[in-house]
Amino acid sequence: MIEPNVAGGLIGGGMIGLASVLMLLLLGRITGISGILTGIITWNTGDGLPWRTAFIGGLILGAVLYQIFIGPLPIEMQASGPLLIIAGLLVGIGTRLGSGCTSGHGVCGIARRSPRSLTATITFMVVAVITVYITRHLLS
Amino acid sequence: MKNTIASLLCGILFGLGLSVSEMINPARVIGFLDVTGEWDLTLLLVMGSALIVTIVAFPLITRRAKPVLEERFVLPTKTKIDSPLLSGAILFGVGWGLAGLCPGPALAGLASLSPAIFLFVAAMVAGQFIAIKVEPLIWK
Repeated sequence: MIEPNVAGGLIGGGMIGLASVLMLLLLGRITGISGILTGIITWNTGDGLPWRTAFIGGLILGAVLYQIFIGPLPIEMQASGPLLIIAGLLVGIGTRLGSGCTSGHGVCGIARRSPRSLTATITFMVVAVITVYITRHLLS
Repeated sequence: MKNTIASLLCGILFGLGLSVSEMINPARVIGFLDVTGEWDLTLLLVMGSALIVTIVAFPLITRRAKPVLEERFVLPTKTKIDSPLLSGAILFGVGWGLAGLCPGPALAGLASLSPAIFLFVAAMVAGQFIAIKVEPLIWK
């Protein structure tokens, strides 16, 4: 077993939860990153373009602040080249068709006691586990 | 204006949370998904910690007549577990398992200026765009 990042995980998870709670309390919105992104891609000026771009900008800025005040971002890429493009396309298509990702379905939807979100979360988790099993253990 | 600033601050908190929890790191994500390998339970701690906060706070917030800065809550209206939801979750699961990146960490990871993450985000945006165009042709 790999040593888990217990303190970082619990504190960082709490920050993610708190950010989602504040979005609901202040703006009345669900913090679903893929959905927020969709609203920017479709450039629907009637559907909160300013808050959507501000949130995504903040997301990046948060990681910039981490680099300035805490240290280099812990990023170890696991895929490259064509595989990375295929993965990106699948994440884009899948989150749009499935109306959400880890944040919208996983963190917010389950908190709303939504059966749709719980089903989606279990589905993408199980499929991702199978995908990793195939790529890490069967093909290598 | 107030809601744009609030959204920016929530985005920053979310981006910091992803960095502190290391969910911005594809190695941590794949490590969690690799249940038959050297399992890394960090993602479970992050999701658990975030969910404790949202599960407790969400029902208290939606009991309010309206959010603090807006006139109404905008919550998902779909309740049916249908084929777009399931097929989307499956496609997303495959992409997530291949790269270890989902929309939040991918966007926050742009802060690292890593070309690989820019490539993934470009493919993800293209994927959403394709889905937006193709979706009405399949399910309508």
